[in-house]
Formats: sequence, structure tokens, C-alpha cells
Amino acid sequence: MVDRPVILEMRSITKEFPGVKALSDVSIAVRAGEVHAICGENGAGKSTLMKVLSGVYPFGTYEGQIVYQAEEVRFRDIRSSEAAGIVIIHQELALIPELSITENIFLGNEPGRGGVINWKEAKKRAVQLLARVGLRDDPDTLIKDIGVGKQQLVEIAKALNKDVKLLILDEPTAALNENDSQHLLDLIVGLKGKGIASIMISHKLNEIEQIADSITIIRDGKTIETLDVRGGDVNEDRIIRGMVGRSLQSRFPDRTPHIGEVFFEVRNWTVQHPLVTERLVCKNESFTVRKGEIVGFAGLMGAGRTELAMSIFGRSYGNFVDGQVFKDGKEIQLRNVSEAIDHGLAYVSEDRKSLGLNLLDDIKRSVVSAKLGKISRGQVVDDFKEHSIADEYRKSLRIKTPTVDEGVSKLSGGNQQKVVLAKWMFTDPDLLILDEPTRGIDVGAKFEIYGIIQQLAAQGKGVIVISSELPELIGLSDRIYTIFEGQITNEFTSAEAEPEMLMKSMTSTSKKAEAA
Amino acid sequence: MSGFSDVKKIFGGGTTSTARQAGILLSLVAIVLVFQFWTNGLTLTPGNLIAVVNQYSYILILAIGMVMVIIAGHIDLSVGSVAAFTGIIVAKAMADFNLPWPLAIVLGLVVGALIGAWQGFWVAYVGVPAFIVTLAGMLIFRGGNQYIGAATAVPVPEGFTAIGAGYLPEIGPDTGYNNLTLVLGFLAVVALAWREWRARRTQAEMGSETAPVWVSIARVVIIGAVVLYAAFLFAGGRVGTSFPVSGLILVALVIAYSFLTRNTIIGRHIYAVGGNSHAAELSGVKSKRVNFFVMMNMSILAGLAGMIFIARAGASGGQDGNGWELDAIAAAFIGGTAVAGGVGTVIGAIIGGLVMAFLNNGLQLVGAGADLVQIVKGLVLLLAVAIDVYNRSQGRFSIIGIFRPKRRSGPSDQTPTPTTGTPDTAKPGAVTVNN
Repeated sequence: MVDRPVILEMRSITKEFPGVKALSDVSIAVRAGEVHAICGENGAGKSTLMKVLSGVYPFGTYEGQIVYQAEEVRFRDIRSSEAAGIVIIHQELALIPELSITENIFLGNEPGRGGVINWKEAKKRAVQLLARVGLRDDPDTLIKDIGVGKQQLVEIAKALNKDVKLLILDEPTAALNENDSQHLLDLIVGLKGKGIASIMISHKLNEIEQIADSITIIRDGKTIETLDVRGGDVNEDRIIRGMVGRSLQSRFPDRTPHIGEVFFEVRNWTVQHPLVTERLVCKNESFTVRKGEIVGFAGLMGAGRTELAMSIFGRSYGNFVDGQVFKDGKEIQLRNVSEAIDHGLAYVSEDRKSLGLNLLDDIKRSVVSAKLGKISRGQVVDDFKEHSIADEYRKSLRIKTPTVDEGVSKLSGGNQQKVVLAKWMFTDPDLLILDEPTRGIDVGAKFEIYGIIQQLAAQGKGVIVISSELPELIGLSDRIYTIFEGQITNEFTSAEAEPEMLMKSMTSTSKKAEAA
Repeated sequence: MSGFSDVKKIFGGGTTSTARQAGILLSLVAIVLVFQFWTNGLTLTPGNLIAVVNQYSYILILAIGMVMVIIAGHIDLSVGSVAAFTGIIVAKAMADFNLPWPLAIVLGLVVGALIGAWQGFWVAYVGVPAFIVTLAGMLIFRGGNQYIGAATAVPVPEGFTAIGAGYLPEIGPDTGYNNLTLVLGFLAVVALAWREWRARRTQAEMGSETAPVWVSIARVVIIGAVVLYAAFLFAGGRVGTSFPVSGLILVALVIAYSFLTRNTIIGRHIYAVGGNSHAAELSGVKSKRVNFFVMMNMSILAGLAGMIFIARAGASGGQDGNGWELDAIAAAFIGGTAVAGGVGTVIGAIIGGLVMAFLNNGLQLVGAGADLVQIVKGLVLLLAVAIDVYNRSQGRFSIIGIFRPKRRSGPSDQTPTPTTGTPDTAKPGAVTVNN
């Protein structure tokens, strides 16, 4: 294996966004006919690296070199990388539900002459391609009528049609069940036998262990190491150590927790996926929160953390199946968002721009928007109170803006997040659920937001923090639940929480004893 | 630079959305002056101004409702048909059942509310796009009008015509002017000055930056002069005419709805739903109720507009309200309402409607035919929205801005906020099921 020639080499890739260095000096080498896995925590820079490779970020927007088949290449867009035989399959599939399998496979690449499609030829080739990926469906079937597993295979068939030499799969099995996953993994191995190399991004370490020939680990936008799986000595623990092996510096303000009794409890919470009703996104989950406590929820992307939070917050996600919520010993009903707010819940969404803020609005209006009644007499909003309250939050949270009349779209990510926090603090919540509260925020602002979270706990409020960054969770939380595939797998106190143990519980249903 | 921005504050108050309105307002002033010159002073005569108000008050009333519908992210194509349908029912009720006219007005509002509830139900609770619901409504209520009226004109009684063709009465000493109109004009100026003073006081209490005193004085003097000039024109017309009753209804509605959209909870919710409905729902806004409200409100206003129209025409007919929806929508867009929703003001839509009204009127005065008028109106609409779209793509909102050299102002104008950090993100929030 080691003797195979290198088909792709990315050398010292550095990619900056305004204010953020997403990749810094990342290098990776993929050999012909191997499956090369890229591992890293959410936000480590895996997807950015693949976007550089596939031309989504064109040549000139990054530094470094890409050498492909012994030549330096400079892709301008996806078309040019595809022309060279590099095809990326995104986690969110790029298929059109209302078109047939054939139409999707040849979309943008239609066989025919002078703009007229030769459907006979297309269908014949579609059948051949489907056979190669092990799909026996009628090529006239609409994409929306086949399952996600088969859709993934159609994506690969589409790639094969483009004469792919290097296939990039971004979390290919995230949405698949076990059978479909296994089929897909077998197919990837099969393609390897036919000389097609794959780069695979996955959080499922058991799958990587199963099919990868080598693994590159990326952390904080830097290459940490490349492991040769076939050489032996590589197991999940080894990968996890590489992914999380970062010291917990003093990135958190000092705090002495004052934790009271349990005041919030969720029992047997079960929720269906909103569209695919046979899929449960929350399976019988139970947890508690104490007064003054910061509770962390650790889970990888797609584990069902946000789904849990949003479904509790007034059934904002999925279809409620079963479960109870207790607050101060009494069962409460949270059938919609206003009931949740009235019962003292607040939810700061992970997606600030599409779910947290109205970007057309100004700061003062955003701050009061979740509880307008508090500053209104009858139905009339008191402008004066609105302004003065917003201004108080501006000062206390140190939102960097000349005035609260400024539009929120003009603020930086960290300051926008402070506005969202202010908006929910204004509702006087007893329980705050913070979903990825520091996503896309620079280090300085993170420190300030940690301080705000700790202050809220010090006021006796319960705080739930959902985060993909384990150091953040460990540094901030008094207690951590781990979630895997819609289930709470384990519970750790801050004293016992170690990144490796957490990662183990985030990637399997093994009990704590086994994990430790 | 600061001197120029102070001058801008006379009309704008400095914020971006009011700066846009100021741009439209300047266009309106320009159009009026151009036609005043072109028609040798015919535009700003008492008779012509009164005619403009009489002819366009119902379109402007529709524009009030339309701007709210568009802010919430919808559209209403049915307003002309709803107006005609309400008109025929009200006319019939008075002609065939001798319903007293005050009760007939109440009936008309109820009919509008019922139609609005019907359309609001489909839009808000079933989720049919408003474009489709109101396209259907356009056909249903046009047909309903012709079915009930049997395609003939139904006359309306004397008392009823006051809301469409009535004027302020003549009272007090003979001054050569309509006294009541003058009194109203003076009161408006006093109110204007009082509001300016109160706004300054509030700003000072908030500790926020206030414009120089001369800006406030200039604003009150300029706008006050315009109001008084208009009052004298309206009051100085042919004896028996003055400021029309329909104009009074319009002014009252503009004040009420400006307050509603700016200062009340429901008003805030309309902007929130139109700006980002997911975020609004996650903030506890019941977006279905908001959508229902704006659709219902639009039809009530359409009913009112229909009644004012038949009162002015003296009869209800089968072609009433044809094409009104397009005028109302155009008024809203010319007035700076965003096509995608979330942005717009009542006063902007009114100014936009007045731009259309004076264009129409002026072109007719100079003898242009209906064909040319339509072409010009179409071009103006296109140009106004194009300027808006262009400004948006430049990250600037000010209409005035395009006449000035480019400058890089805020850091956020050109550079998008970084979306990095974690590009690989699950987004369960994209699919929301709300019960």
C-alpha cells in the first residue's frame, strides 16, 4: 500500500476568512486507490479543506499548493475540479426530489446533441451506472420516492458518470441506518478495488477503522498527524486522542458554583423526525437540571442535541410522541413557544442568523422582541423603556456599537450573539438553553460569553450548554450528558469528564464503565 | 460632510429607512414642481388638488393595508374585486332594503372583515400562498359583484355620498376661505411642532445624540409651510368645496396605522414575521395570527375603499375597482417596501401612492393619453425598485446615497460576516413543525 503513488497532495494550505483563520498550513497526501479518512472535531476545518480541494473556494482565495496526478492544479470552480475527476458528495445531498434517477444522474451533464437530450442513451447508461453501485431500481423512479440510503448511491452513480478518480464523501453515513451504511461502506471499498480513491470525512470512528487505509487528523485548522491504519496500532482511542488532544488553558473565567436542588426535569422525551416519521430523533431521553447549575450536552453533529432542545422549547422541532417536563416539582405543558417562554424557558439557537435574529431589525427592537409585553402598556410599546433597557444590556454585556439604534446586521458575530443573549435574558428565564453559544465567534468574545453564562448560573438560573467543542463543555459545565443517535448515553460530573471518555460515549452506546 | 447629513436629517431623522423615505419624498416634490411648471401652474390649484384627493384617496387607503401585507411577506391581488363586491352589497342593501346609510357603512366593514377572514384562513392556517388565495379571490369576488348586481349600476342615496364626495362644511365668518380646513391646517402645524419638541425631549432623556436645534426648527418650518400652503389651497377653492371627507378619512387612517405599525405589539410582530418568520416563531410570535390579521385587515380596508368609491361615483357597477390592486402594490413598492418583506412603512407607501397620483394627474393635465400614462407609471415603478435593489446590493439603503461619491462607511458594508468556524453543521431548525 505504501508503495502506491501519491495521486493527490495538498501542501501547506492556509485559508482565511475575515477575522478567522480556518486552515493554517494543512497538508495531506492521498495515494492512488486508497480510502483516506479525515478526522477532527466539528469546526476543525475538514469541510473547508474539502471546499478548497473541490474548487468551491477557487484558486487565489487560499494559500498553498494542490498537486494532483503529478501536476499543480488551480481549480476555478467545481466544474473544473470535476473535469479533473475529483467529485465531492456533500452531506446534504444535491439531488432534485421531483426529478427521476436518470434525470438527476445526468443533470448538468446531459447526453445528446445541440441541446436535445438523448433519453434512450441516458437511460441505458443510467441502468449500467446503477448496476455498478448495486441499485436495481427503475431509473424512472423519482428521487423523493427512494430512501436516503439509495439517494446516496445515486449520488455516487452520478459521480461515476463523471469518470471520477477521487471521490470525496462528507459524512456519507450520517443520515443512514446500519444496513444502508454497511452497503455504502462496502461500495466504497469496492470502488477502491477499481482504482477509485476516496477521501471520507466521518464522525463514526468504527466505520473509519473498518474501511480507511490512512487517516489524517485535523485540529483547530492544523494537520496533527497522519496515521497508517494498515500498519496497525490504530484504534478508536488513538484517533480520539489525536482529535481532542489539546490542553485546557485558562480560557474560562474563575467560578465557584453554587448549585441548588433539581428544579427542571425531563422524562422519557421521545420525538419523531418531522418528515420521516419512522425515525426517532429523541429516544426516551431523561435528564435533570439544578438551580445554579451549568449542564453540558455533548454529542456529535446529527446526534440529536439541537432536536432535543428545540422540541422541548415549545415543540419547535419534530413531532412530539411522548415525555413529560417538570418544573419545580410540577408537570408543565410546553405546547408552543409562548408557553415555553411563560414557563421561564429560553432557547438561544445555534443558528444565529436564520433562527436567532431578524437581521433587518435594529438592536433595541431585537433585545425586547421575545417579551414585548414587558415594556408595553396595553398593546402599545413604550419606546423610551425599549431604548433604555437595550442600552442597559449594551453596557452590561459590552455590546460594541455606537448606539442601540444600529441594525444588528452591522454587528460582528460575537456582538450579535450578545444581542441574542440579551434578548433571552430580558425574558427573565429560569432555564436557558444555549445551543452552540460560541459558534463562529473569536476567542476574546468567547471569554466574555463564558462570563455571561457563569453570571446567569450565579443568579440561580439553570443553564444548558450544547456544544461541539469538548474543551468548552468541560471547562464550563458542572455536569455533562453525552448524546449519541438520539439517546442520552452517559452522564459525567465535571470532575470525571475527560475528552476521551466523552468522545467514546458520543460515538457509541457503551456504558460508562466500559468507556472509562 | 456633517453639514450635509444635518440637512438630510431635516427630512430623514438620520436612520436608514427614513433616509429612503426622504428620497421618495424628494422625488414627489420634484414631480409636483415639474408639473406645476409644465402645466403653467395648473397642478397646484385648489380645484386640481381637491380632484387628486378625491380620485386617489381610495387607492391610498388600499396602499395602507397593502404595505402591511407586503411587510408580512404576502401580497393581495383581490383588493379591487373585494372593493367592488363590498360596494355592490352596500348599494343593494340601501337601494332594495332601505338600510340607513350609517348602518350600511357598518355592513360594508363587516362584509370586508368576513372576506378577510376567509382569505386569512387559507393563507395563515392552510398555508396556501397569498398570491394564489387572492388570485382566486380576485375572480370569486369580481364574479360575485357581477352576479349580485346583475351587471347593472345600483345607485346610492344622498347621505351616503358624503364619504366619497363630501366636503368640510362652511362655518363661521365669511373669510373667503373654508374656515374648518384652515383650522385643521393650523392644528396640524401645532401638532407637528409639539411632536418635534417631544421627540427632542425624549431623545435628550435617553441621552442619545440629538440633531442641532436649527434642524428641528427648519423641519417644522418647512413642513409646516407646506401644510399651511396646502390648507389655504384646499380652503380657497370653489365655494362649497374644501378638504374632502375622503381625504379626512385617509389622514385619520394614516395616523392610526402608522401608530399601529410603529408602536404596538402587533405592528412589531408584522415586521418580525416578514423579516424572519423562523426567528419570530422561536421568539414566541404566533405567526399564523399575524398573517391572518394582515389579510383580514387588508380586506376591511378594501371594503372601505369600495364604499368611498361608490359614494363618489353615486352608484355601484360591475367594473368598479378594476386594476386597483396594481396601483396599491405599486404605491407600496415605490414607497420603499421591500419585495421580500420585513421592510416598509405606511407613510412611505402613501408617498409612493402620491407619486403615482401626481404623475397620473400631471400627465393628464398636459394632455397625455391613458396609454402614455400607463407607460410612464410602469417605468417609474421599475426605476424605483431598481434603485432600491441596487442600493441593497451595495449594502446602502439611502436613495440620496447614489448621487454621492462612493465611500466605504461601516466595516460590515462590504465584508460579509465570517460564516466559518463550523461549516459542517446539521441544521434541524430548517424544518420546523409548529403545532
